[in-house]
Amino acid sequence: MLVLWIRTFQLGVKSLMLHPLRSLLTVLGIFIGVASVIWLLAIGEGISRKAQEQIESLGATNIIIRSIKPPSEQIQSSGLLLQYGITRADYERLVSTIPTITRAVRIRELRQRFSYGGRMVDGRLVGCTPEYKDIVRLEIDRGRFIEDADLEDLKNYCVLAAGTAERLFPFEDPIGKVIRIEEQYYVVVGVCKPKMPSAGIGGSFAAQDFSSDVYIPITTLWWRIGDVIFTRRAGSLEAEQVELSQITLQVDKTENVISTADVVKATLARYHPTEDYGVTVPLELLEQARITRMMFMIFMGLIAGISLVVGGIGIMNIMLATVTERTREIGIRRALGAKRRDIIRQFLVETVVLSTLGGITGILVGFTCPLLSEAIMGALQILMPRVYGSLPEIVRTMRPVIVPSSVPLAFGIAVAVGIIFGLYPARRAANMDPIEALRHE
Amino acid sequence: MNIGVSVQNVTKDYYMGSEVVRALRGVSFDVPEGDYVAIMGASGSGKSTLLNLLGCLDHPTSGKILLDGENVAEASDDRLAELRASKIGFVFQSFNLIPQLTVLENIEVPLYYQRRLSPKERARCKELAAMVGLGERLNHRPTQLSGGQQQRVAIARALVNDPIFILADEPTGNLDSVTTEEIMTLFDELNRQGKTIILVTHEPDVGRRARRIIRLRDGKIESITDNPTSRSLRMDTVTN
Repeated sequence: MLVLWIRTFQLGVKSLMLHPLRSLLTVLGIFIGVASVIWLLAIGEGISRKAQEQIESLGATNIIIRSIKPPSEQIQSSGLLLQYGITRADYERLVSTIPTITRAVRIRELRQRFSYGGRMVDGRLVGCTPEYKDIVRLEIDRGRFIEDADLEDLKNYCVLAAGTAERLFPFEDPIGKVIRIEEQYYVVVGVCKPKMPSAGIGGSFAAQDFSSDVYIPITTLWWRIGDVIFTRRAGSLEAEQVELSQITLQVDKTENVISTADVVKATLARYHPTEDYGVTVPLELLEQARITRMMFMIFMGLIAGISLVVGGIGIMNIMLATVTERTREIGIRRALGAKRRDIIRQFLVETVVLSTLGGITGILVGFTCPLLSEAIMGALQILMPRVYGSLPEIVRTMRPVIVPSSVPLAFGIAVAVGIIFGLYPARRAANMDPIEALRHE
Repeated sequence: MNIGVSVQNVTKDYYMGSEVVRALRGVSFDVPEGDYVAIMGASGSGKSTLLNLLGCLDHPTSGKILLDGENVAEASDDRLAELRASKIGFVFQSFNLIPQLTVLENIEVPLYYQRRLSPKERARCKELAAMVGLGERLNHRPTQLSGGQQQRVAIARALVNDPIFILADEPTGNLDSVTTEEIMTLFDELNRQGKTIILVTHEPDVGRRARRIIRLRDGKIESITDNPTSRSLRMDTVTN
C-alpha cells in the first residue's frame, strides 16, 4: 500500500514537472495564504506577550496616577509660580475614602545632576518610601533600600540605580561614599541591580528608564528640596510647584480594579479643574492590547482567507485545464484497469502536492516574520514617520513570536485546500467515459 | 481446448436523442485459448462496438460475454476495471503510451492498477521490454521512440498482466509497411507461444495473418472463415 502511494506521489510530481512554471504560479496563492497564517499568529502572539510584559512590569492590580504639566494655553495662574499636579491632600483623600485600596505608594521625582569627585551624571532623583522597591520590582545588589526609619529621621541617605553607580563609581565601592545633589550631600547606603525599562505610562510615550536613578526618602526630599523647583530657561526664571509626581495604588482584587479606578478618577476630577494629572490602569492596557490584537488577527485572517480561497480557485482552475489536457491519458489508464477511485487518487495527489508545496514554502517564509516585521517597522519609521507615529505603541514595540502550533495548522490548511479544491477536477476526470476519453485527440 | 472468450447473442443499442442506433444485432462466436482471430468489416459495421465490449469498456444491451466463464454483462464498473487490468492486453492504433512515463514505467502501468509493484515484477517488465527488442531503451520517453518502437512498448505492456487475450485495435494503422511487417511478425510469434490474439482491422493484408476471420456487416456476423493463408504462412516459418 505504501509503495502505491509513493508511486502515485512520484507520478504526481512527474506530471506537475511537465509544466514547472504553471505549477509554481499556481502555488503562489497558497503560499501567501499560509505565510499570512503564520504571520497572523506570530504577530498576535507578539502583541499579547508584549501586553503581558507591560502588565507584569506595571502590576495588574495597580492604578497609577501621575502629575502632568498642563499645556501652556491651559495655565491660568499668572506670575512666576506654576502650580500643578497631584497633592498630598489628594493622597490622603484617596487612601482614607476608598476601601479597596490595600497599599498606596507616593513618589516625587525630579531631573537632577548627581556628582561625586569630578564625575557627573544627569538622572532622575526619586523621593520614595520603602514600598517603592516592591512596586517597581527593584532588586538590591549591595547594601539596602530606603527604610521607614530613614523617612522618620529625614536621613540624607540615598540608593543608586545600577547605571548611576557604574558611572559615578567606575572603580570604587559606592557604599558609604557621599555624593552631591544640588548643594546637598547624601550617603550611599545601597545599589540596585540593573532593571529593564518598563512601559510608558500616564501619557508619556517614552518607556520608563530606571538606569540613572537615585532614590532618597521622600520626606528628606520635601524637607531639603521642597515642592518648588526653579529652572532657568531662555534667560527667565521659572518656578514649578509639584507636591507628588506619582501615586501607585494597589487594589485588593483584580475584579475591583476597574471600579476603583472610576472612583479614583471621579475623586480627582472634583479637585482638579485642569487636566494636570493622568490615571493609568495597566489592566486597561490589557484590554487595549486585546483589541489591537483582535484587529490584527481579523486583518491578517482576512488576507489569509482571501489568498487561500483565491489560491484554491487557482489550483482548481489549473487542475480542470490539466484534466481536459490529459483526457487521453485518463482514457488509457482506465482501459488499462484504473478504477474511478484510482483516477481520483491520482489527481488529488497532484493537487495536494501542489498545495503542500505552497504550504511548506509559506511556512518557511512565515518563519522570517520577526526579521521582516522589524525591517518593515524600520523602513516605516524612516519613510513614513507620520504613519509610524500613529501606530499604537504596542504594535511598534512588540516582536512577533512564531507559535509552534501554527506550523501544523498552516500545513493542515494547505493540505485541506488541496483536497477541497482538487476534489471537483479529480471527480470530473474519474467520471469520464473511458471510450470517449480514448478517442479524445 | 478451453474457451477463453465466449460471445453469446450480444446486442448493443445506442441512444442518439430519440433515435436508437442498433450497433450490434445478435452476435455470437467463441475464441478458444491460443486462437488468432481477426474481426473485420467496413466502418459502421459494429467493429468498434464489439471491440469496446470485448475490451470490457462497455456493457452489452443484451446477451452474454464470458471471459474465463465470467459474464461481463453483469459486472460492475469497478469489476470491469479489474477485468481489464487482469485479463485483457490492449494494443491501440495510436499506441497510447503515457508521455510523461519512461518505457519501463509504461509497461508497468497495468500492474500498478493491480497493486503488483514488487522488484520481481519490475524484473519481468524488463524481460518483456527485452523480448520486444527495447531492452536498451528502458528509460526513454515515448517521444524519443519511433512509431514501431512505441507499438512494441505497447505490446510489452499488453503482455505484462499475462492476459487471457490480446485485444489489438488496428495495431498497424499508423505504421509504414516495413514496420507493419515487423509488428505483425511479433504477433505471429506471440501466437505461436500460445497467446490468444483478437485483432480488429479493416486492412485485408493484416487480417490475412489471422487463423480465423470474423466479418461483420450492419451489426451482424456476415461470415466466419478459417484462413488458409495464415496456416501456410505458419508452415512456411516452421519449415524455414
